[in-house]
Amino acid sequence: MAIDISATSKLWSFPGGIHPPERKAPANMTAIQRFPLPPVLFIPLRQHAGEPGELCVAVGDYVLKGQPLTIPGVDNGLPVHASTSGTITAIQQHPLNHPSGLTGLTLCLEPDGKDAWYPRQPIANIDAISQREVLQHLQAMGIAGLGGAGFPTARKVAGARNIDVLIINGVECEPYIVSDDRLMREHAGEILAGSLLLQKLTSAKQLVIAIEDNKPEAAAAFAAAIHDSNATDTDTTELKGAAAVLKIVPTRYPSGGEKQLIQILTGKQVPVRGLPADIGILMQNVGTAFAVARAIHHGEPLLERVVTITGEAVHQPGTAWALLGTPIEYLLAQSGFRAQEKKQRVIMGGPMMGFTVTNLQIPVIKTTNCILAPSQKELAPAEAEMACIRCGACEIACPASLLPQQLQWLAKAKDYDGLKQHNLADCIECGACAYVCPSQIPLVQYYRQAKAEIREQAIEQQKAEIARQRFEARQARLEREKEERLAKHKKAAEARKAAQAAQAARQTESSTDGEQDPVKAALARVKAKKAQQDRGVEPAKSEQKDAVAAAVARAKAKKAERDANAESTPATTEKKDAVAAAVARAKAKKAERERLAKLEAENIGDSENKQNATNNKGNENS
Amino acid sequence: MSFYIASSPHHHQRRTTAKLMQLVLFAMLPGFLAQLYFFGWGVIFQLSLAIAVALAAESLCLIARDRAPASGLQDNTAIVTAALLAVSIPPLAPWWVIVIGTLFAIVVVKHLFGGVGHNIFNPAMAGYVLLLISFPVQMTAWMPPTGLASNAPGFIDSLYLFLFQFTNEGFSLEQVRRIDTGSMLDAVVMATPLDHVKTQLSQGATLSEALQHRQFTGFAGAGWQWVNFAYLLGGLLLLQQRVIQWHIPVAMLGALSICAILGSIFAPDLLPGLNIHLFSGATMFAAFFIATDPVSAATSSKGKLIYATLIGVLIYVIRSYGGYPDAVAFAVLLANLCVPVIDQYTRPVTYGHRKEES
Repeated sequence: MAIDISATSKLWSFPGGIHPPERKAPANMTAIQRFPLPPVLFIPLRQHAGEPGELCVAVGDYVLKGQPLTIPGVDNGLPVHASTSGTITAIQQHPLNHPSGLTGLTLCLEPDGKDAWYPRQPIANIDAISQREVLQHLQAMGIAGLGGAGFPTARKVAGARNIDVLIINGVECEPYIVSDDRLMREHAGEILAGSLLLQKLTSAKQLVIAIEDNKPEAAAAFAAAIHDSNATDTDTTELKGAAAVLKIVPTRYPSGGEKQLIQILTGKQVPVRGLPADIGILMQNVGTAFAVARAIHHGEPLLERVVTITGEAVHQPGTAWALLGTPIEYLLAQSGFRAQEKKQRVIMGGPMMGFTVTNLQIPVIKTTNCILAPSQKELAPAEAEMACIRCGACEIACPASLLPQQLQWLAKAKDYDGLKQHNLADCIECGACAYVCPSQIPLVQYYRQAKAEIREQAIEQQKAEIARQRFEARQARLEREKEERLAKHKKAAEARKAAQAAQAARQTESSTDGEQDPVKAALARVKAKKAQQDRGVEPAKSEQKDAVAAAVARAKAKKAERDANAESTPATTEKKDAVAAAVARAKAKKAERERLAKLEAENIGDSENKQNATNNKGNENS
Repeated sequence: MSFYIASSPHHHQRRTTAKLMQLVLFAMLPGFLAQLYFFGWGVIFQLSLAIAVALAAESLCLIARDRAPASGLQDNTAIVTAALLAVSIPPLAPWWVIVIGTLFAIVVVKHLFGGVGHNIFNPAMAGYVLLLISFPVQMTAWMPPTGLASNAPGFIDSLYLFLFQFTNEGFSLEQVRRIDTGSMLDAVVMATPLDHVKTQLSQGATLSEALQHRQFTGFAGAGWQWVNFAYLLGGLLLLQQRVIQWHIPVAMLGALSICAILGSIFAPDLLPGLNIHLFSGATMFAAFFIATDPVSAATSSKGKLIYATLIGVLIYVIRSYGGYPDAVAFAVLLANLCVPVIDQYTRPVTYGHRKEES
């Protein structure tokens, strides 16, 4: 059934969901600011889902704004660029913008204040070049999904076939976060342009822009942009504004989650372990659409993004264009952050899915959408966990129709099979269950831990499986070698017997001939023995005394032996075994590859969740 | 500067278990006051003693189980259990009845099964059934409602009855419970409406004959109907406050109503009608305060509907054909037994696992 969404078509609903206080004001009241250049930028090589690019600059290099610092390289990773002009002062380990708090390879860039551009190469007419070339350009510009896990946009578009609907996600349902809201209010036209480019690239039949009903200004800006687009582009309305449908969805967390928004707009569910593309849908965040427009129309790489800096510990909450690599400390300082006495939290992302950070030197990366510094009063720290009273509030809130309390019991019991049976993997970690829990159980924390343990267990199992295969292969090889040795010995023994018999016969013959030469006979015997020892076959017929005949016989024997060897199985078995071993190796390799693929998929899913944590729910996540 | 580390979500609805239990207690207030008005002071004594015993038992159990008693007591669940049991038993039942019932509910039904959240049976109802089976005389000795009792005991007399089973002047509970029928000879011990109907029907009387009794002056029995309305009011408050969901009360009352209507259609003379079923016994109390106990109820919304329907049907069946008129407690316990199997078969379909509609 093809999806058909019109301005008046019905909206569906997803189960569960919650209505936490939105607290979008006052951060959404002021225009997106632009702070002075920070004194230093920390640009991590990896800022998105997938492999990092390969370094192409060295310490001491002077780089221009927009100059690539990494290239896709063999891993086809997404490049990062110099966010402004300046000098690379170091390439070193630096704390990452990640819940783990680990460090990663990071370029330190000292801005020179000139903000001098590297040559830009806009694409004047995307119809003139192939889709592949446009996607290559997007990859070179470092475009990644700005709403979710930061999945490389070019790869997402290239992987999508038969797309019915391209959904531009401007829902931004997580409390506090207003980055997309401000971007839509101020740059609706360019977002629409980027959306149309994406629609062209995906050949999507329809373009739908979804906004939550708590952002009327953004919706109005979009409506105006669609109207303008229709007015100016009358010749291409077929693909342009006329196809762009603006859908206003009711405010309910987490309606901006990719799966939930798809359910709201189409009533369909993304099949388990599948992608939206499987049901003809592709989703992109409004910020991504904006970045695509900048990259194609202006040749600008992804160098900056809108970040919300909010919370009661911040004196001037608002949004800002933050260069990728800006330490969050700088942004907080510019916004008048003053830490409280006790239990001050700094949260990357929103209150529902964000993660707390301990080091303010971590940089803004492509997926950073909010820095939240709440007071204890507005977001009280969690209280002590109490016993579950099976009230079922979590189940009512769960947007994925899971049984959160059941999962909690199972996670506490470390019943991994039970967890898998109850579809723990389908938990999007939105936090709705923990939000409503009257017993203050940190449910999401339990799920995350259980997921990590299950993943760990799967890796261990895989390792054990490989070790078992190796061991079995070795056993088989030893066994084979033993058999070969035995066969060889047996053949040697047979040959020896044959030689002895031949000798006995010869002796009888020579005695009947009456022509006795004991010396020669003895020599022949020695030779025979030697030959026997050498290759286990007696070069028979040494009865004749002349050496030529003996040599001929030896040659014959040799041939016979070779034939025998060729006939006897060892060579073939060896070959067969070699084939078997190769097959086993290939199998192991394949299994390993599958495991890696799975892990990667999980990682993506995982980081998706984390990013959702980092980012607001209201965005495309994948 | 070090920052505080926490796991998402960082925001929580400030509605703790303790707060929910407070709301439940608050919502019981109208029903409690109605009982106080119609059945005298006894309910206050029952409630006070039950709460005291429950808190003591809860503390001891927590200590025995190596838990901090302070944190365990904070959740108010023991108080709710005590209150539910206290309003269920006859107000002037001897003090040791409520003590035994509360101890059984807290120690055996709750803590021996693992404490709050782990009990498979509703503690108050299990305690009630234990008392009903063990002390049938005391447990059926309900006072006639105010207005019918010939010698309604005052506060002091009630206290004496509660403690010593005799008033200050030496009247026994049996004497106090008599209602005035005009002549001393006719003075009879008053049974609860449901008990009365049941007895009358079992003696061959028709329903209309059974309802001739003067206690059925109002809509469904003097006093009792107002107690039921009061609990209905409290229940609606719980619904409005979203302490409970609509599924259980609606399904239970719906199932009971359907059964009662069908019964009235097919055997109007032999089976009590809808008004009796809904307002003469513990129906409203059960629908909003007993069956909705989250711990021993089914968890999913669909499961709750099945669970509560089962209770409604069982109440009707037990009232109509069982040996006891006190159907609610038995029905709830039987439904509690079915919860694991209900939960097993009412698991919602996880997102993305829906079978493809083709």
